[in-house]
Amino acid sequence: MSSSEGTTRRGLFVKAGLLLNGIAGALLAVPVLRYLLSPVARARKPGYLSWVSLGRVDQFPAGETRLATYRNPVVTPSDGETANTSCWVRNVDGERFQVFSINCAHLGCPVRWFPQSNLFMCPCHGGAYYADGSRASGPPERGLFEQRYKIEDGALFVEAGELPTPGTLVTLNVRRRPWA
Amino acid sequence: MGLMGRMSQWFDDRLQLGKPLKATLAHPVPRQTASWAYVFGSAALTVFGLQVVTGILLGLLYVPSAGEAWNSLQAINHQVSAGWFIRALHGWGSNFMLAIVLIHMAQVFLFGAYKFPRELTWILGVFLLLMTLGMAFTGQVLRFDQDAYWGLGIGASISSRVPVIGPVLVKLLLGGPIIAGATLSRFFALHVFVIPGLLIAFVALHLILVLKLGINEWPMPGRIVRRSTYLAEYHELTKRDGIPFVPSAVWKDILFSGFVLLAIAACAVVLGPFGPGGQPDPTIIQTAPHPDFFFWWLYALLSYLPPAAETPVLLIGPAIGLLVLLALPFFAGEGEKSWKRRPIAVLAVLLAAVALGSLTSLGAYTPWSPKMDAWSGEPIPDRLLTGRSALERHGALVLQAKQCRNCHVLEGTGGQRGPALDGVAVRLTRDQLIRQVVQGGGNMPAYGKNLSPAETTALVAFLETLRPAGQAPARDASRAVIAGTTP
Repeated sequence: MSSSEGTTRRGLFVKAGLLLNGIAGALLAVPVLRYLLSPVARARKPGYLSWVSLGRVDQFPAGETRLATYRNPVVTPSDGETANTSCWVRNVDGERFQVFSINCAHLGCPVRWFPQSNLFMCPCHGGAYYADGSRASGPPERGLFEQRYKIEDGALFVEAGELPTPGTLVTLNVRRRPWA
Repeated sequence: MGLMGRMSQWFDDRLQLGKPLKATLAHPVPRQTASWAYVFGSAALTVFGLQVVTGILLGLLYVPSAGEAWNSLQAINHQVSAGWFIRALHGWGSNFMLAIVLIHMAQVFLFGAYKFPRELTWILGVFLLLMTLGMAFTGQVLRFDQDAYWGLGIGASISSRVPVIGPVLVKLLLGGPIIAGATLSRFFALHVFVIPGLLIAFVALHLILVLKLGINEWPMPGRIVRRSTYLAEYHELTKRDGIPFVPSAVWKDILFSGFVLLAIAACAVVLGPFGPGGQPDPTIIQTAPHPDFFFWWLYALLSYLPPAAETPVLLIGPAIGLLVLLALPFFAGEGEKSWKRRPIAVLAVLLAAVALGSLTSLGAYTPWSPKMDAWSGEPIPDRLLTGRSALERHGALVLQAKQCRNCHVLEGTGGQRGPALDGVAVRLTRDQLIRQVVQGGGNMPAYGKNLSPAETTALVAFLETLRPAGQAPARDASRAVIAGTTP
C-alpha cells in the first residue's frame, strides 16, 4: 500500500524532473538555433551587400571586357584567398558599364571571356553568353548575373557580398539583354 | 591453464562477454550462405574501419581552415613520412567503399533479402548508402582545391533551385554568403563528427538486425516468402541444414576483406593520392572544374538534360528514387526471392548499372565541355590546308581565331561540344553553312555580330572544303529544278 503511494510520489518526481529537463532543453534550444541559423540572419544586417572598389575607371578601356578582382566585403580570419572574387567588367561605350559575376548562371563555374569571338564560355557544361551577358547557347536558362555598379571620383564600385546562384535572383539586379 | 588463459578468465569473470560472444560467432547459418556472394557486407565494414583509422591519422595533421587546408595537404603529401600513402589509402578506400556498398546493395536486392522480416535492415542500408555518398561529397570538399571550391558552387547552385527556401539553404550550406572559411569548417564538422557518428550508429543497428533475424537464406525458385510461415521455415532450415558462422562461413569474409585491403593498398601505392589540385583561389579562373569519380554520372546528367527539365529532375528525381527504395520492402515484402523468377528486378538492376556506367564513362572525358585552349593549342592539320586557295586558308585562320575549335573537332582534336567538322560540307550546303554561322541555333551561339562579311565568306569557303575524298558536297536539289537541268 505504502509502496504504491511511494511509486506515485516517485513517479511524480520523475515527471517533474523530465519537465525541468524539458524546460532547460527549450531554453538551450533558442541560442543553439540562433547559432545554427546565423548565416541566414547575417543577410539582414548592414554591410552584407556593400560597395567594393574595382580600381580606377581608366583601367577598363571603352569597348573592352576585362577581368577584375576584389575582396569580399565580409571576411573572417580563416577565409584566406577564398574571400577574393573575380568579375568581368564590360565598358560598353566609355559611359555605360556592365559588371558580370564570374559564376555561370547554370551551376556557378567560372566563365571565361574570349574577345576574339566576343563570347563568354563556361568550361563545365558549355554554357555560352554574348558580350552583353545574354544567353547564347548551352544549358544556362538565363544570361550572366549582373552586379550593380557606380562611379565615384573616377573609381568603379560594384555591389558585392553574395555568391550569385539561380535561386538568389531576388537580391540581385537582374536584367535581360539590356543593350539588345 | 597458462598465464594467458588465466588472464582471459580474470577478465571474463568480470565482463561476462565470453559466452554470448561465442554463441553469436557460432550461430548457425544456412549452409548455402557460406558463399562468395555474401562477402560484400563484411568487406564494406572492413573498408569503413580502414577509413576511420586513416581518417584519424589525417586528422592529426589536417588544418580545417580555408586559408590553410590546401597547404596542410601539401605538407602531408611531401613533408610527412608516408603522408602521401595515408592520403592515398583514404582516397582509394573511399572509392572502394562506394563500389562495394553498391555491389552489396545489388546483391541483397537480387537475392530478395529486403523481404519480410528484413525490411528494416534494408531501410537502414538505404540510409547507409546516403551517408556513404555524403561522406564522399564532404570528403571531396575537405581536399580543399579548385575542384572542391567550384564543386561547392555547383552544390550551392543546385540547392538554390529549391522553391521558396532555396536561398536560405544556400546560406546554411555555405555557412555564409560566399564559399569561404565557414564553409570548409562546417563540411569538416559533417565529415568528421556528424556523418561518421550516424554511420557508426546505423552500421551497429544494421549488424544487430542481421544477427537477430539471421542471414538471408539462399533464394530457391518457388520457395515463397509468407509473413505467416517464414520465421518457422527459416528456423527449421538453419536447424536442419545449418553450419556455424565461425568458422564455416566466416573464412570467405575474412579472405575477401584481406583481398580488398590489399587492392586498396596496391591502388594507393601505384596510383598515389588524389590531389590536391590547384589552389582554391577564386581569382584563378583558368580552371576546368571536374568532380570526383563517384559524381561523374551526375555531371553527365546535368549536361544532357534539357535546360527546362533540369531543376525538376534534380529536385524531384532523388526524392522519388529514395521513396522507391524505402518503400520497396513494403510493396514487395512477400513472394519470390529468387532472381530467376524476378525478371523485372534483374532488368531494374541492369538498367541502373548500364545507366550509371555509361553516364560515368561519359563523365571521364566530358564531351559536353568546350576545350578552352583548343583554339590556340591545337593547329589545323596540314593536310586540310595544302592546295587551298588564299580565301580558304584565311577561312581556316578565322575558324581558329574565333575559337570554333573549342567546340568542334577537326581530325580528332578540339572540343566535342558541337559536331565534328570533318565532312561538314557533305552535310550542309553553302547557304546552310552561312545561316548556321551567322544565326547559330541547335546549341551554337550566333556569330553574326562577331564576324565581318569578309570573315564569314572566308570561313564558309574553308568549311566547304571539309569533306572526305570521293564524297560529293551537299547540294540544294531545288537549284537544279529552277535551272531546269534535272534529268
